[in-house]
Amino acid sequence: MKHTLAVNVENRPGVLTRIAGLFARRGYNIDSLAVGKTDNPLISRMTIVVDGDDRVIEQVSKQLYKLIDVIKLTDLTTEEYVDREMILIKVNADPAIRGEIMQIVDIFRARIVDIGKNTVIIEATGDESKINAIESALRPFGIKEVVRTGRIAMSRGLKNKNYKS
Amino acid sequence: MGITGAQALIKYLEKEGVKYVFGYPGGAVLALYDALLESKLIKHVLVRQEQAAVHAASGYARATKKTGICLATSGPGATNLVTGLATAYMDSIPLVAITGQVGTDMIGTDAFQEVDITGITMPITKHNYLVKDVKDLPRIIQEAFHIASTGRPGPVLIDIPKNVSSALLEEDYPASVELRGYKPNYKGHPAQIKNLAKLIAEAQRPVIYAGGGVISSNATEELRELAERINAPVTTTLMGIGSFPEDHELSLGMLGLHGTPYANYAVTECDLLISIGVRFDDRVTGAIQKFAPQAKVTHIDIDPAEIGKNVTIDLPIVGDVALVLKDLLKRVGSQEHHTWLSQIQKWKEEHPLRYANDDQLRPQYIIEKLGELTRGNAIVTTDVGQHQMWTAQFYKFVGPRSFLSSGGLGTMGYGLPAAVGAQLAKPESLVITVTGDGSFQMNMAELGTAVEQKLPIKIILFNNSYLSLVRQLQHYHCDQRFSGVAFTGNPDFVQLAESYQNVAGLRIAKKEDVEPVLQEALSNGKLTVVECRVSEQELVYPVVLPNKGLNEMVHFPADEGGRYE
Repeated sequence: MKHTLAVNVENRPGVLTRIAGLFARRGYNIDSLAVGKTDNPLISRMTIVVDGDDRVIEQVSKQLYKLIDVIKLTDLTTEEYVDREMILIKVNADPAIRGEIMQIVDIFRARIVDIGKNTVIIEATGDESKINAIESALRPFGIKEVVRTGRIAMSRGLKNKNYKS
Repeated sequence: MGITGAQALIKYLEKEGVKYVFGYPGGAVLALYDALLESKLIKHVLVRQEQAAVHAASGYARATKKTGICLATSGPGATNLVTGLATAYMDSIPLVAITGQVGTDMIGTDAFQEVDITGITMPITKHNYLVKDVKDLPRIIQEAFHIASTGRPGPVLIDIPKNVSSALLEEDYPASVELRGYKPNYKGHPAQIKNLAKLIAEAQRPVIYAGGGVISSNATEELRELAERINAPVTTTLMGIGSFPEDHELSLGMLGLHGTPYANYAVTECDLLISIGVRFDDRVTGAIQKFAPQAKVTHIDIDPAEIGKNVTIDLPIVGDVALVLKDLLKRVGSQEHHTWLSQIQKWKEEHPLRYANDDQLRPQYIIEKLGELTRGNAIVTTDVGQHQMWTAQFYKFVGPRSFLSSGGLGTMGYGLPAAVGAQLAKPESLVITVTGDGSFQMNMAELGTAVEQKLPIKIILFNNSYLSLVRQLQHYHCDQRFSGVAFTGNPDFVQLAESYQNVAGLRIAKKEDVEPVLQEALSNGKLTVVECRVSEQELVYPVVLPNKGLNEMVHFPADEGGRYE
């Protein structure tokens, strides 16, 4: 089963390497990893999606916690949470078919963020299944380039507020 | 006007109570060595290769519970530390390793003697630092000492670029350490301790399984009190040797691959396994599904990640072993286990540790004699191989920090440099290294270090011109096709010893020599190499073969009516 871990870490050089290295050498697989600063610039938050049974996830969590730079770790999978991923897709879009593309973009509540001579770039956010769906809906037009952020996630309600220093 | 980073480092090391720095100089640490000259409190011990510096620091740490310090230059100096750091990491030894680095403006340019040592050592240190700004140095040094010695101890590396060592610094040592992400949990959960007391009260066949964690948390007294109070036998891991006196009637000695038969039987048959500061290493458990199959398995450890890592645990307690045992002792009453202990006594009588005590010179006999002559009153370091297993089996260790050996990593070449560290830490103690010709040759240049430091270490060297533990593996797993294990170019170790000033070289060639030669070595007050000419055909018994349970071990052949080679 896939687990979504929210990991607050010190915002220092090398921390990502420590985390990624730990996964690699202990044989755990990272499905996706997204990282950015929090409201406290000294702290970054990573959202790590990892696949494994309860035993694997328990070990992953414990091993992560052992890293000095890891401040707090929450397995969001065990609670109510919201998750999002963002995608930028550049598709072939001759002027003749742009209307059709724009309809799809509307259906998915996505946006066109750039128009080139024969291409458009579409931005969409949503959970993984929505992102997969828009990607396959646009595939017939000819996808030139895709970039996805990986999952970010946050628990609902007041629990697990960001860690303050 | 401040002081340089290098001067600050030495000042802070003094503040941390450092007495010895084991190291090897080089271009990137010139400023550090220069500052070291000014220290009246810290003595530098020049080793022959950096790996020995880290092993010596480890020997010092293991003998004392203090943090060991080693120092190396950038590039090859730093990479030579890698094996020693991994050794210390696997065995949870508190160390601070300081390396020089090329100047910050050169980092990433593949400059002369540049290596990304923080990148390299990430998986084998508890934490590491690259100091990019001299202002961070005081905080980093303090954090490094704190991290190395608290919680589950381990090595910490600080990489200091050349220009950082020579930069001027105004900051002083911080008053306290503040690490948001590092808060070891020392006190065990009271409800869990209560549950453990309940399990103990209900158990009919308890076994205590003690590891290195008992020694690192100085919990040997508590362990003994618990064992005696609840009348439970105690078996130890290799790292746990010395945590429980082996001359005690409740001692089962070591368990596992080459453990005692009675320890292996007891663990297989017990109904409660009280695991304390252990990590269920594969060399201990044998086939994991056959390990302690009838037992409720409980585990006390400071490192939560160790709990449930290899074996499913019925009752975990995260905390410092000494504190948890103190709390536990408040809750457990006296117990008797007559039937269980008489069963164990029967195993002890039926399956004692055996060897062919005939007229041949047997290494096990030498170890036994060594134990008798020293009455366990020595610090024994070992290398890795058959001699290490025989020392673990036949030398009766009675106190903690008296057996210093590379447990987790199995590092050959550990014994002599570790003895250097231990002897400097404990100048009044008798320090003995038991080694083999293979292991000894990995770091025998450290004889020079021991000579320089005037250390009267006793080196008991089993020479059979073979890598005999590998040979033993080939005996069992490769149908006795012995590949790459014979040494035909060994030196005369007695002459080698005597080529150093004031070093004695002695030889034991036959059984009658053992006692007189050992006596001479132990009493001559000198650094001494005792070469023991032994057979390469000797095998370590018992042995648990792959995929077998502990109780399925191969016994000493004569015990099973077989022929002894």
